[in-house]
Amino acid sequence: MSTSTALWTLFATFVAGLSYFAAITFVLGLLWRLVGYLRTPAPLPAAVTPAPETDGGAAVRVAGDVLLFPALFKADKALWAGAWVFHIALWVILLRHLRYFTYPVPGLSLLMSPVALWAGYVFGLAALYLFWRRLALPRTLYLSGLPDYLALILMGLIAVTGILVKYWLHVNLVDVKAFILGLMTLRPVAPPQHPLFLVHFLLVALLMLYFPFSKLLHAGGIFFSPTRNQPYEIQKRGKRWDRELRTRY
Amino acid sequence: MAKFDETPIIKDPARDGILAPPSIREGAAAGVNCYPSKPKDTRAIDLPTERVPDWQARGIQRLGELLERNKSLRVFMDICVRCGACADKCQFYLGTGDPNNMPVARAELLRAVYRRYFTLGGRVCPGASNAADLDEAMLQKWYTYFYQCSECRRCSVFCPYGIDTAEITMAAREVMCAMGVTTKYVTEVVAKVYEQGNNLGIPPPAWIDNCQFLEEDIQEITGIPIKFPVDDEGADVLLVPPSADNFANTDTMIGYAKLFHFLGVRWTTSTYCNEGGNFGLFLNYANMRKVNKRIVDAARMLGVKTIIWGECGHAWRGGIFTPALNGPMDEFDPPYPYHISQYMADMLHRGAFNGKLDKSANDQYLVTYHDPCNPARAGQLLEEPRELLRASCNRFQEMPDDTIREKTFCCGAGGGLLTDEIMAVRMAGGKPRAMAVKHVGANFVATPCAICKAQLPEVMKYWDVPAEVGGVIQLFCNALKM
Repeated sequence: MSTSTALWTLFATFVAGLSYFAAITFVLGLLWRLVGYLRTPAPLPAAVTPAPETDGGAAVRVAGDVLLFPALFKADKALWAGAWVFHIALWVILLRHLRYFTYPVPGLSLLMSPVALWAGYVFGLAALYLFWRRLALPRTLYLSGLPDYLALILMGLIAVTGILVKYWLHVNLVDVKAFILGLMTLRPVAPPQHPLFLVHFLLVALLMLYFPFSKLLHAGGIFFSPTRNQPYEIQKRGKRWDRELRTRY
Repeated sequence: MAKFDETPIIKDPARDGILAPPSIREGAAAGVNCYPSKPKDTRAIDLPTERVPDWQARGIQRLGELLERNKSLRVFMDICVRCGACADKCQFYLGTGDPNNMPVARAELLRAVYRRYFTLGGRVCPGASNAADLDEAMLQKWYTYFYQCSECRRCSVFCPYGIDTAEITMAAREVMCAMGVTTKYVTEVVAKVYEQGNNLGIPPPAWIDNCQFLEEDIQEITGIPIKFPVDDEGADVLLVPPSADNFANTDTMIGYAKLFHFLGVRWTTSTYCNEGGNFGLFLNYANMRKVNKRIVDAARMLGVKTIIWGECGHAWRGGIFTPALNGPMDEFDPPYPYHISQYMADMLHRGAFNGKLDKSANDQYLVTYHDPCNPARAGQLLEEPRELLRASCNRFQEMPDDTIREKTFCCGAGGGLLTDEIMAVRMAGGKPRAMAVKHVGANFVATPCAICKAQLPEVMKYWDVPAEVGGVIQLFCNALKM
């Protein structure tokens, strides 16, 4: 075995190992954080009013927050536009990526093909806009710290490498899919020998490792925000509060 | 000429009643601090009389306990992305330009410490994680800026995740309580409640005197024998007003008496608890619970059928906490807790005032409604006061949309800030409200909150807005034909 083959085998093993480590950390880390939120009591009524008065209404309010960002719309229209486009493009990209992970490919992922063409560019541009905004407004410049820039830079680099391997320096998709399915069926094969793809892949692994321990956790935390997910029910269901909450603090 | 240092205050005028976000003036309000507490007060309310020797360890330990017990705090410590949506929404930032008065920056003061001691990144590599030690300098910032937050929740309305800086401020103050770092004003008020039953420290005989004086006064003016019952065992309703209503805002107190007299309801106040306003909210959980318990205890002592909360903003916040804080209330008639504005609106709907309201009695006023923070953003009280004002005033005018309802500005003195040594911050915080009142040209600001009623007249004077401030019930009962 030549030295280069040996090194490549070593590297391929490292990539496979890192993939599993990243996936496990991501899932367990996320579960650990979210279960922590779930188990922490909310001793006092905290709904920000005007609030819905039923559990169903509160669920609709949270769903609205997750899908449409109404509070940002009230606060700052330009930020709302940038953030919303960023997140929607991210969803399109994530769903489109399902085709590398599944066989047969789900219909939703196939349906995306006309928009998916643009989603990568839109996502990258939105990330760029959000980055520019942090630097351009004196208030956000004051507030932003290293983790804020790092998260955007990481996402931006993933977007750039993704766009490059898709549109400019093509990677063989059949190899990619074989590699991913191999990882998923616990029979890892060597990754495609395409440096840019490997960079893209490793950056995503890094993102997964970082996610549960960073502000990116807002994606899960938003469902646990007591000011938004509690109905204002105190006058209707005083007795329920009596029973469940009075001794918990 | 003002009697305090005005440098923290930005004097730029508003456009169409709305203030543009100011440019950042670092440290502008750093010198405005509340007086520290006195041992005689902290001793009375079970707090350390001075800063404890191991204050850092005690503080971190308390923060850890709170993280385990309060979902809001735990979630809000992690999920902020520092997008800056809230940054220009706080009246104290708009009024001072001090960047630590941006809600997110204020919250970061606690988050930095949280990250340092409770997250992996902060323990291993504080520099790259926006983490900071809990040291003398940080404690000084906490003491300054967590007492320049009025816990009004305006920022939470604009936060995509509903992060409520009020919860963060409450947690930080709770941690400071454990260290023995508290302010004179808040601790003094809570101590007075335990001593005399109310925030102002009015002794029971003086309360009774005041009530008799009001009775005679009103008999003289109207010729009607309107009563102000005190400690009337077996009354149907216990009214818990803010104690200031019997002392400074007597027009509001007269309003309650007229209303109950008109409706023929047997009501009473209690000398054990003649205070709705709960300053425990601005201090720590144990005192909040203890102060609030007095309301329910007073109601049980007098054997009333229901409790009605008077015109006080954070009393209503305490009010909606009552079952959670103090246990079941099912011996009282529902709905509970019950606010005076809700009660009046219910009576209005039932037709109790049909043909008995003479709106022209308030014609000298162009009235506008100032939503106090807690009723609007914590207590679902948005429609009732407006309905009452529309039913009793011909000339009612709303302020600009961005300054009312859930987007209302704080008067600038809620949350334990109604104390003279921080007058500069109070006047800066009151500026957005003053500008909105000026814009509509109202000469009467109606509001159901005793702190607003104490703070807004000073704000109006400082910003040169010729408007009177009074209660919703005051105008309503002005129009009521007895």
